[in-house]
Amino acid sequence: MHIIENGNAAAALGVKLCRANVIAAYPITPQTPLTEKLSEYVERGDMKAEYIPVESEHSALAVCIAASSAGARVFTATSANGLLYMHEQVQWASGARLPIVMCVVNRAVGAPWNIWNDQQDSISQRDTGWIQIYCADHQQIIDTVIKAYWIAEKVSIPIMVCYDGYILSHTFMPFDLPDQEKVDGFLPPFKPEYALSPEEPANLNTVTLPDVRLDVHGELAHSYMEIRYLLQEDLRTTLTVAADAEKRFGEIFDRCGDPYIESYRCDDADHVAVGLGSLTYQLRVSVDALRKEGIKVGVMGVRFYRPFPDEAIANALKGKKTVIVFEKALSYGYEGALTSDLKSALYEHLAGTGTLPSVQNFIVGIGGREIRTDDLTQMFRSATQGRVSREPTWIGLKL
Amino acid sequence: MGTRNYRRKTSHSEHGPGDGGRTGSWRVERPVLDQSLCIPCKRNKEACFICWLFCPEIVISRTIPPRVDLEYCKGCGICAEECPTRAITMVDEAKFSEEDKE
Repeated sequence: MHIIENGNAAAALGVKLCRANVIAAYPITPQTPLTEKLSEYVERGDMKAEYIPVESEHSALAVCIAASSAGARVFTATSANGLLYMHEQVQWASGARLPIVMCVVNRAVGAPWNIWNDQQDSISQRDTGWIQIYCADHQQIIDTVIKAYWIAEKVSIPIMVCYDGYILSHTFMPFDLPDQEKVDGFLPPFKPEYALSPEEPANLNTVTLPDVRLDVHGELAHSYMEIRYLLQEDLRTTLTVAADAEKRFGEIFDRCGDPYIESYRCDDADHVAVGLGSLTYQLRVSVDALRKEGIKVGVMGVRFYRPFPDEAIANALKGKKTVIVFEKALSYGYEGALTSDLKSALYEHLAGTGTLPSVQNFIVGIGGREIRTDDLTQMFRSATQGRVSREPTWIGLKL
Repeated sequence: MGTRNYRRKTSHSEHGPGDGGRTGSWRVERPVLDQSLCIPCKRNKEACFICWLFCPEIVISRTIPPRVDLEYCKGCGICAEECPTRAITMVDEAKFSEEDKE
Protein backbone atom coordinates (compact mmCIF):
# COMPACT_ATOMS: atom_id res chain seq x y z
CA MET A 1 0.00 0.00 0.00
CA HIS A 2 1.34 3.42 -0.95
CA ILE A 3 1.15 6.13 1.69
CA ILE A 4 2.46 9.66 2.04
CA GLU A 5 4.34 10.25 5.28
CA ASN A 6 7.49 11.88 6.61
CA GLY A 7 10.81 10.10 7.06
CA ASN A 8 10.50 9.73 10.81
CA ALA A 9 7.10 8.08 10.36
CA ALA A 10 8.62 5.77 7.75
CA ALA A 11 11.19 4.65 10.33
CA ALA A 12 8.52 4.25 13.05
CA LEU A 13 6.33 2.18 10.72
CA GLY A 14 9.33 -0.01 9.93
CA VAL A 15 9.97 -0.63 13.63
CA LYS A 16 6.28 -1.44 14.15
CA LEU A 17 6.29 -3.90 11.24
CA CYS A 18 9.37 -5.57 12.73
CA ARG A 19 7.48 -6.09 15.98
CA ALA A 20 10.14 -4.61 18.25
CA ASN A 21 9.53 -5.69 21.87
CA VAL A 22 11.29 -2.89 23.71
CA ILE A 23 11.78 0.75 22.74
CA ALA A 24 13.78 3.15 24.86
CA ALA A 25 14.57 6.59 23.54
CA TYR A 26 15.16 10.15 24.64
CA PRO A 27 13.72 12.84 22.39
CA ILE A 28 16.10 15.08 20.47
CA THR A 29 15.48 17.20 17.40
CA PRO A 30 15.11 16.09 14.58
CA GLN A 31 14.52 12.53 15.84
CA THR A 32 11.64 13.51 18.20
CA PRO A 33 8.64 12.77 15.91
CA LEU A 34 9.97 9.23 15.40
CA THR A 35 9.92 8.38 19.10
CA GLU A 36 6.62 10.20 19.56
CA LYS A 37 5.11 8.07 16.84
CA LEU A 38 6.36 4.88 18.49
CA SER A 39 5.03 5.91 21.89
CA GLU A 40 1.64 6.53 20.25
CA TYR A 41 1.65 3.05 18.70
CA VAL A 42 2.45 1.48 22.06
CA GLU A 43 -0.04 3.62 24.00
CA ARG A 44 -2.84 2.89 21.53
CA GLY A 45 -2.06 -0.82 21.64
CA ASP A 46 -1.11 -0.93 17.94
CA MET A 47 2.26 -2.29 19.00
CA LYS A 48 2.78 -4.89 21.70
CA ALA A 49 5.97 -3.42 23.12
CA GLU A 50 7.40 -1.88 26.24
CA TYR A 51 8.09 1.81 25.70
CA ILE A 52 10.56 2.80 28.40
CA PRO A 53 10.96 6.55 28.93
CA VAL A 54 14.48 7.40 30.09
CA GLU A 55 16.33 10.46 31.33
CA SER A 56 19.13 10.42 28.77
CA GLU A 57 20.45 8.82 25.60
CA HIS A 58 23.07 6.98 27.64
CA SER A 59 20.24 5.34 29.58
CA ALA A 60 18.23 4.74 26.41
CA LEU A 61 20.95 2.57 24.95
CA ALA A 62 21.68 0.99 28.36
CA VAL A 63 18.03 -0.13 28.51
CA CYS A 64 18.29 -1.49 24.97
CA ILE A 65 21.48 -3.37 25.85
CA ALA A 66 19.81 -4.97 28.87
CA ALA A 67 16.61 -5.83 27.00
CA SER A 68 18.51 -7.22 24.03
CA SER A 69 20.63 -9.34 26.41
CA ALA A 70 17.35 -10.74 27.75
CA GLY A 71 16.30 -11.72 24.24
CA ALA A 72 14.08 -8.80 23.21
CA ARG A 73 14.09 -7.16 19.79
CA VAL A 74 14.89 -3.56 20.67
CA PHE A 75 14.93 -0.14 19.06
CA THR A 76 16.25 3.29 19.86
CA ALA A 77 16.89 6.46 17.90
CA THR A 78 18.82 9.65 18.40
CA SER A 79 20.61 12.56 16.75
CA ALA A 80 23.71 14.70 17.18
CA ASN A 81 24.72 15.35 20.80
CA GLY A 82 22.35 12.62 21.95
CA LEU A 83 24.41 10.13 19.98
CA LEU A 84 27.62 11.57 21.40
CA TYR A 85 26.21 11.24 24.92
CA MET A 86 25.53 7.58 24.15
CA HIS A 87 29.04 6.94 22.93
CA GLU A 88 30.22 4.76 25.82
CA GLN A 89 27.19 2.48 25.47
CA VAL A 90 27.54 2.52 21.67
CA GLN A 91 30.93 0.83 22.05
CA TRP A 92 29.46 -1.54 24.64
CA ALA A 93 26.59 -2.69 22.41
CA SER A 94 28.91 -3.83 19.61
CA GLY A 95 31.44 -5.46 21.97
CA ALA A 96 28.53 -7.31 23.60
CA ARG A 97 27.40 -8.41 20.11
CA LEU A 98 23.78 -7.28 20.54
CA PRO A 99 21.63 -6.89 17.40
CA ILE A 100 20.23 -3.49 18.31
CA VAL A 101 18.81 -1.28 15.57
CA MET A 102 19.12 2.47 16.07
CA CYS A 103 18.06 5.25 13.74
CA VAL A 104 20.44 8.19 13.64
CA VAL A 105 18.61 11.20 12.27
CA ASN A 106 21.66 13.11 11.12
CA ARG A 107 22.28 16.52 12.67
CA ALA A 108 25.28 18.77 13.29
CA VAL A 109 27.06 18.41 16.63
CA GLY A 110 27.83 21.24 19.05
CA ALA A 111 29.63 23.47 19.77
CA PRO A 112 28.22 25.84 18.71
CA TRP A 113 24.62 24.67 19.06
CA ASN A 114 23.03 23.82 15.77
CA ILE A 115 19.97 21.69 15.20
CA TRP A 116 20.20 21.44 11.41
CA ASN A 117 21.45 18.68 9.21
CA ASP A 118 24.93 17.45 8.50
CA GLN A 119 26.45 13.99 9.13
CA GLN A 120 29.17 14.69 11.67
CA ASP A 121 27.23 12.80 14.37
CA SER A 122 27.18 9.34 12.81
CA ILE A 123 30.51 9.77 11.03
CA SER A 124 32.09 10.45 14.42
CA GLN A 125 30.85 6.97 15.49
CA ARG A 126 32.44 5.26 12.50
CA ASP A 127 34.96 3.25 14.52
CA THR A 128 32.60 1.89 17.18
CA GLY A 129 32.08 -1.54 15.58
CA TRP A 130 28.50 -0.81 14.48
CA ILE A 131 27.19 -1.39 11.00
CA GLN A 132 26.23 1.93 9.38
CA ILE A 133 23.73 2.20 6.53
CA TYR A 134 22.76 5.54 4.93
CA CYS A 135 19.34 6.16 3.37
CA ALA A 136 18.53 8.52 0.53
CA ASP A 137 14.71 8.53 0.64
CA HIS A 138 11.73 7.36 2.69
CA GLN A 139 11.37 4.01 0.94
CA GLN A 140 14.98 3.27 1.82
CA ILE A 141 14.36 4.28 5.43
CA ILE A 142 11.49 1.85 6.01
CA ASP A 143 13.09 -0.94 3.96
CA THR A 144 16.46 -0.47 5.63
CA VAL A 145 14.96 -0.73 9.12
CA ILE A 146 13.42 -4.08 8.16
CA LYS A 147 16.61 -5.35 6.51
CA ALA A 148 18.66 -4.04 9.44
CA TYR A 149 16.95 -6.32 11.95
CA TRP A 150 17.52 -9.32 9.71
CA ILE A 151 21.20 -8.52 9.19
CA ALA A 152 21.85 -7.52 12.81
CA GLU A 153 20.30 -10.71 14.16
CA LYS A 154 22.21 -12.86 11.65
CA VAL A 155 25.63 -11.44 12.57
CA SER A 156 24.95 -10.28 16.16
CA ILE A 157 26.17 -6.77 15.46
CA PRO A 158 24.18 -3.56 16.07
CA ILE A 159 23.18 -1.31 13.18
CA MET A 160 22.78 2.44 12.77
CA VAL A 161 20.22 3.34 10.12
CA CYS A 162 21.22 6.91 9.22
CA TYR A 163 19.09 9.47 7.41
CA ASP A 164 19.33 13.22 7.00
CA GLY A 165 17.54 15.38 9.54
CA TYR A 166 14.70 17.53 8.10
CA ILE A 167 15.62 16.80 4.46
CA LEU A 168 14.28 13.28 5.02
CA SER A 169 12.97 13.21 8.59
CA HIS A 170 10.47 16.06 8.21
CA THR A 171 9.57 16.00 4.52
CA PHE A 172 6.62 14.04 3.16
CA MET A 173 7.05 11.58 0.34
CA PRO A 174 5.03 8.69 -1.07
CA PHE A 175 6.38 5.23 -0.35
CA ASP A 176 5.21 1.65 -0.24
CA LEU A 177 4.23 0.42 3.20
CA PRO A 178 5.15 -3.29 3.25
CA ASP A 179 2.46 -5.79 4.29
CA GLN A 180 2.76 -7.11 7.82
CA GLU A 181 2.49 -10.69 6.54
CA LYS A 182 5.40 -10.21 4.17
CA VAL A 183 7.52 -8.62 6.88
CA ASP A 184 6.72 -11.56 9.17
CA GLY A 185 7.80 -13.87 6.37
CA PHE A 186 11.03 -11.97 5.89
CA LEU A 187 11.92 -11.47 9.53
CA PRO A 188 11.44 -14.39 11.91
CA PRO A 189 11.09 -13.73 15.66
CA PHE A 190 14.38 -12.95 17.41
CA LYS A 191 15.82 -16.04 19.07
CA PRO A 192 19.31 -15.40 20.41
CA GLU A 193 21.65 -18.28 21.25
CA TYR A 194 21.67 -17.12 24.83
CA ALA A 195 19.22 -14.83 26.62
CA LEU A 196 19.52 -13.87 30.26
CA SER A 197 17.39 -16.18 32.35
CA PRO A 198 17.16 -17.21 36.03
CA GLU A 199 17.37 -20.86 34.89
CA GLU A 200 20.72 -20.23 33.26
CA PRO A 201 22.39 -17.43 35.21
CA ALA A 202 25.47 -15.80 33.72
CA ASN A 203 27.62 -12.75 34.09
CA LEU A 204 27.87 -11.03 30.70
CA ASN A 205 30.84 -9.14 29.31
CA THR A 206 32.89 -9.79 32.43
CA VAL A 207 36.42 -8.52 32.74
CA THR A 208 38.85 -10.23 30.42
CA LEU A 209 42.48 -10.59 31.42
CA PRO A 210 45.12 -9.91 28.77
CA ASP A 211 45.39 -13.65 28.04
CA VAL A 212 42.88 -16.42 27.31
CA ARG A 213 41.43 -18.46 30.21
CA LEU A 214 39.82 -21.79 30.96
CA ASP A 215 36.11 -21.35 31.65
CA VAL A 216 34.17 -23.31 34.30
CA HIS A 217 33.74 -26.18 31.86
CA GLY A 218 37.48 -26.35 31.32
CA GLU A 219 37.22 -24.98 27.76
CA LEU A 220 39.69 -22.41 26.54
CA ALA A 221 37.73 -19.14 26.36
CA HIS A 222 38.52 -15.96 24.43
CA SER A 223 40.17 -12.97 25.96
CA TYR A 224 39.64 -9.36 24.88
CA MET A 225 41.82 -9.62 21.78
CA GLU A 226 40.01 -12.68 20.38
CA ILE A 227 36.59 -11.12 21.07
CA ARG A 228 37.59 -7.93 19.29
CA TYR A 229 39.12 -9.84 16.37
CA LEU A 230 35.87 -11.78 15.94
CA LEU A 231 33.93 -8.52 15.81
CA GLN A 232 36.16 -7.31 12.99
CA GLU A 233 35.97 -10.65 11.18
CA ASP A 234 32.18 -10.76 11.44
CA LEU A 235 31.86 -7.16 10.31
CA ARG A 236 33.74 -8.06 7.14
CA THR A 237 31.48 -11.13 6.67
CA THR A 238 28.49 -8.83 7.08
CA LEU A 239 29.09 -7.65 3.50
CA THR A 240 28.06 -11.12 2.30
CA VAL A 241 25.13 -11.24 4.72
CA ALA A 242 23.96 -7.85 3.42
CA ALA A 243 23.91 -9.23 -0.11
CA ASP A 244 21.81 -12.18 1.11
CA ALA A 245 19.45 -9.77 2.86
CA GLU A 246 19.03 -7.73 -0.32
CA LYS A 247 18.33 -10.83 -2.41
CA ARG A 248 15.83 -12.21 0.12
CA PHE A 249 14.15 -8.82 0.45
CA GLY A 250 13.84 -8.59 -3.35
CA GLU A 251 12.22 -12.01 -3.54
CA ILE A 252 9.56 -11.11 -0.97
CA PHE A 253 8.95 -7.42 -1.65
CA ASP A 254 9.77 -7.19 -5.38
CA ARG A 255 12.30 -4.41 -4.98
CA CYS A 256 16.03 -4.53 -4.40
CA GLY A 257 19.28 -3.17 -5.69
CA ASP A 258 22.99 -3.22 -5.11
CA PRO A 259 23.34 -3.84 -1.36
CA TYR A 260 26.33 -1.52 -0.96
CA ILE A 261 26.18 1.30 -3.48
CA GLU A 262 23.59 3.05 -5.60
CA SER A 263 24.89 4.24 -8.95
CA TYR A 264 23.26 6.74 -11.29
CA ARG A 265 24.53 7.20 -14.87
CA CYS A 266 27.94 5.85 -13.83
CA ASP A 267 28.49 3.17 -16.49
CA ASP A 268 29.99 5.39 -19.19
CA ALA A 269 30.93 8.26 -16.86
CA ASP A 270 34.44 9.73 -16.76
CA HIS A 271 33.80 11.59 -13.53
CA VAL A 272 31.80 10.24 -10.63
CA ALA A 273 30.49 12.07 -7.59
CA VAL A 274 30.28 10.04 -4.38
CA GLY A 275 28.36 10.76 -1.18
CA LEU A 276 26.15 9.48 1.61
CA GLY A 277 22.41 9.93 1.98
CA SER A 278 19.99 12.39 0.37
CA LEU A 279 22.81 14.51 -1.04
CA THR A 280 23.43 11.84 -3.69
CA TYR A 281 19.86 12.26 -4.99
CA GLN A 282 20.34 16.02 -5.19
CA LEU A 283 23.54 15.38 -7.11
CA ARG A 284 21.51 13.48 -9.73
CA VAL A 285 20.09 16.85 -10.79
CA SER A 286 23.65 18.13 -11.29
CA VAL A 287 24.52 14.98 -13.21
CA ASP A 288 21.59 15.50 -15.57
CA ALA A 289 22.56 19.16 -16.08
CA LEU A 290 26.21 18.36 -16.80
CA ARG A 291 25.24 15.50 -19.11
CA LYS A 292 23.27 18.03 -21.18
CA GLU A 293 26.52 19.99 -21.52
CA GLY A 294 28.14 16.82 -22.82
CA ILE A 295 30.20 16.09 -19.71
CA LYS A 296 30.15 12.40 -18.88
CA VAL A 297 29.34 12.35 -15.19
CA GLY A 298 27.53 10.07 -12.77
CA VAL A 299 26.85 9.82 -9.05
CA MET A 300 27.30 6.94 -6.66
CA GLY A 301 25.66 6.81 -3.25
CA VAL A 302 27.40 4.72 -0.61
CA ARG A 303 24.65 2.92 1.32
CA PHE A 304 26.85 0.64 3.39
CA TYR A 305 29.54 2.71 5.08
CA ARG A 306 30.59 0.22 7.76
CA PRO A 307 31.60 -2.43 7.00
CA PHE A 308 33.14 -0.54 4.09
CA PRO A 309 32.42 -2.25 0.74
CA ASP A 310 35.91 -1.45 -0.53
CA GLU A 311 35.95 -3.97 -3.36
CA ALA A 312 32.53 -3.02 -4.74
CA ILE A 313 33.46 0.65 -4.60
CA ALA A 314 36.85 0.17 -6.25
CA ASN A 315 35.30 -1.95 -9.02
CA ALA A 316 32.63 0.68 -9.62
CA LEU A 317 35.22 3.46 -9.88
CA LYS A 318 37.89 1.56 -11.80
CA GLY A 319 39.16 3.53 -14.78
CA LYS A 320 37.23 6.71 -13.97
CA LYS A 321 39.21 9.92 -14.45
CA THR A 322 37.93 11.74 -11.40
CA VAL A 323 36.12 10.80 -8.24
CA ILE A 324 34.58 13.74 -6.42
CA VAL A 325 33.50 13.07 -2.85
CA PHE A 326 30.85 15.39 -1.45
CA GLU A 327 30.61 15.15 2.33
CA LYS A 328 28.54 16.66 5.12
CA ALA A 329 31.20 15.81 7.70
CA LEU A 330 34.95 15.63 8.00
CA SER A 331 37.73 14.18 10.04
CA TYR A 332 38.87 17.50 11.44
CA GLY A 333 42.54 18.14 10.78
CA TYR A 334 42.54 16.19 7.51
CA GLU A 335 39.67 15.58 5.11
CA GLY A 336 36.28 13.91 4.84
CA ALA A 337 36.30 10.43 6.39
CA LEU A 338 34.59 8.94 3.34
CA THR A 339 37.27 10.48 1.12
CA SER A 340 40.04 8.82 3.12
CA ASP A 341 38.23 5.47 3.14
CA LEU A 342 37.59 5.69 -0.56
CA LYS A 343 41.20 6.56 -1.38
CA SER A 344 42.32 3.63 0.70
CA ALA A 345 39.97 1.26 -1.19
CA LEU A 346 41.11 2.60 -4.57
CA TYR A 347 44.78 2.27 -3.63
CA GLU A 348 44.27 -1.25 -2.29
CA HIS A 349 42.45 -2.55 -5.37
CA LEU A 350 43.68 -0.38 -8.25
CA ALA A 351 47.21 0.82 -7.46
CA GLY A 352 49.63 -0.05 -10.25
CA THR A 353 46.87 -1.01 -12.71
CA GLY A 354 46.80 2.37 -14.43
CA THR A 355 43.12 2.70 -13.55
CA LEU A 356 43.46 4.78 -10.40
CA PRO A 357 41.21 7.87 -10.52
CA SER A 358 42.19 11.18 -8.97
CA VAL A 359 40.12 12.02 -5.88
CA GLN A 360 38.78 15.40 -4.82
CA ASN A 361 36.86 16.29 -1.69
CA PHE A 362 34.11 18.87 -1.26
CA ILE A 363 32.55 19.70 2.09
CA VAL A 364 28.94 20.89 1.92
CA GLY A 365 25.95 21.71 4.06
CA ILE A 366 27.76 21.88 7.40
CA GLY A 367 25.28 22.85 10.11
CA GLY A 368 22.44 22.95 7.61
CA ARG A 369 24.01 25.54 5.28
CA GLU A 370 21.82 25.49 2.21
CA ILE A 371 23.16 23.22 -0.50
CA ARG A 372 22.26 24.95 -3.74
CA THR A 373 22.07 22.56 -6.65
CA ASP A 374 23.60 25.22 -8.92
CA ASP A 375 26.61 25.40 -6.59
CA LEU A 376 26.97 21.62 -6.64
CA THR A 377 26.79 21.62 -10.44
CA GLN A 378 29.35 24.40 -10.75
CA MET A 379 31.84 22.75 -8.38
CA PHE A 380 31.24 19.35 -10.00
CA ARG A 381 31.97 20.93 -13.41
CA SER A 382 35.19 22.57 -12.10
CA ALA A 383 36.35 19.29 -10.60
CA THR A 384 35.97 17.54 -13.96
CA GLN A 385 38.33 20.12 -15.49
CA GLY A 386 41.18 19.59 -13.04
CA ARG A 387 42.08 19.58 -9.40
CA VAL A 388 40.33 22.39 -7.52
CA SER A 389 42.44 22.15 -4.38
CA ARG A 390 44.63 19.75 -2.46
CA GLU A 391 42.70 20.57 0.68
CA PRO A 392 38.97 19.78 0.99
CA THR A 393 36.99 22.59 -0.64
CA TRP A 394 34.07 23.97 1.35
CA ILE A 395 31.10 24.81 -0.84
CA GLY A 396 28.84 27.67 0.22
CA LEU A 397 31.31 29.04 2.75
CA LYS A 398 30.82 32.79 3.27
CA LEU A 399 34.25 33.67 4.62
CA MET B 1 45.76 -24.37 20.39
CA GLY B 2 43.48 -21.36 20.29
CA THR B 3 39.92 -20.34 20.99
CA ARG B 4 38.65 -20.50 17.37
CA ASN B 5 36.03 -23.13 18.16
CA TYR B 6 34.86 -21.65 21.42
CA ARG B 7 31.08 -21.56 21.43
CA ARG B 8 30.65 -17.85 22.20
CA LYS B 9 31.88 -14.58 20.78
CA THR B 10 31.66 -12.59 24.00
CA SER B 11 33.00 -12.74 27.53
CA HIS B 12 30.41 -14.87 29.32
CA SER B 13 30.96 -16.12 32.86
CA GLU B 14 28.99 -18.77 34.65
CA HIS B 15 28.97 -19.45 38.35
CA GLY B 16 32.00 -21.47 39.35
CA PRO B 17 35.64 -21.22 40.31
CA GLY B 18 38.03 -19.65 37.90
CA ASP B 19 35.69 -18.07 35.36
CA GLY B 20 37.48 -14.79 35.94
CA GLY B 21 40.89 -16.36 35.29
CA ARG B 22 43.47 -17.74 37.74
CA THR B 23 43.42 -14.79 40.04
CA GLY B 24 45.83 -16.45 42.49
CA SER B 25 48.65 -15.03 40.37
CA TRP B 26 47.63 -11.53 41.48
CA ARG B 27 48.55 -12.32 45.11
CA VAL B 28 51.55 -10.63 46.74
CA GLU B 29 50.73 -11.81 50.28
CA ARG B 30 49.42 -15.23 51.29
CA PRO B 31 47.04 -15.88 54.22
CA VAL B 32 48.63 -18.35 56.66
CA LEU B 33 46.50 -19.93 59.41
CA ASP B 34 47.78 -20.57 62.95
CA GLN B 35 45.59 -23.51 64.00
CA SER B 36 46.48 -22.99 67.66
CA LEU B 37 44.56 -19.69 67.54
CA CYS B 38 41.73 -20.62 65.13
CA ILE B 39 38.40 -21.11 66.98
CA PRO B 40 36.98 -24.10 65.01
CA CYS B 41 40.40 -25.80 65.12
CA LYS B 42 40.81 -25.26 68.87
CA ARG B 43 37.30 -26.44 69.73
CA ASN B 44 37.04 -28.96 66.91
CA LYS B 45 33.52 -27.68 66.32
CA GLU B 46 31.76 -25.84 63.50
CA ALA B 47 32.04 -22.33 64.85
CA CYS B 48 33.14 -18.82 63.95
CA PHE B 49 33.99 -19.18 60.22
CA ILE B 50 34.24 -15.40 60.01
CA CYS B 51 37.02 -15.84 57.41
CA TRP B 52 34.71 -17.99 55.24
CA LEU B 53 31.90 -15.49 55.65
CA PHE B 54 33.94 -12.44 54.72
CA CYS B 55 36.08 -13.82 51.89
CA PRO B 56 34.88 -11.87 48.81
CA GLU B 57 36.26 -14.55 46.46
CA ILE B 58 34.60 -17.54 48.18
CA VAL B 59 37.97 -19.32 48.29
CA ILE B 60 37.92 -20.21 52.03
CA SER B 61 36.21 -23.48 52.92
CA ARG B 62 33.76 -23.92 55.78
CA THR B 63 35.78 -26.82 57.18
CA ILE B 64 38.01 -27.66 60.14
CA PRO B 65 40.57 -26.32 59.54
CA PRO B 66 39.36 -23.69 57.04
CA ARG B 67 41.31 -24.06 53.78
CA VAL B 68 42.26 -21.35 51.28
CA ASP B 69 42.19 -22.15 47.56
CA LEU B 70 45.44 -20.48 46.55
CA GLU B 71 44.62 -20.95 42.85
CA TYR B 72 42.15 -18.09 43.16
CA CYS B 73 42.97 -16.26 46.43
CA LYS B 74 43.99 -12.72 45.43
CA GLY B 75 45.60 -12.08 48.80
CA CYS B 76 43.34 -9.19 49.72
CA GLY B 77 43.81 -9.85 53.45
CA ILE B 78 40.19 -9.37 54.49
CA CYS B 79 40.22 -12.76 56.26
CA ALA B 80 43.26 -11.73 58.32
CA GLU B 81 41.67 -8.39 59.13
CA GLU B 82 38.36 -9.95 60.23
CA CYS B 83 39.66 -12.99 62.17
CA PRO B 84 38.64 -12.33 65.82
CA THR B 85 41.63 -14.23 67.22
CA ARG B 86 44.24 -12.96 64.73
CA ALA B 87 44.83 -16.54 63.64
CA ILE B 88 45.48 -15.51 60.03
CA THR B 89 48.65 -13.66 59.06
CA MET B 90 49.44 -12.26 55.62
CA VAL B 91 52.90 -13.45 54.63
CA ASP B 92 54.96 -12.06 51.74
CA GLU B 93 54.80 -14.47 48.77
CA ALA B 94 58.55 -14.04 48.32
CA LYS B 95 59.01 -15.99 51.56
CA PHE B 96 57.64 -19.16 49.91
CA SER B 97 59.75 -21.29 47.61
CA GLU B 98 58.79 -21.69 43.94
CA GLU B 99 57.43 -25.18 44.74
CA ASP B 100 55.19 -23.85 47.46
CA LYS B 101 53.80 -21.24 45.10
CA GLU B 102 52.60 -23.93 42.72
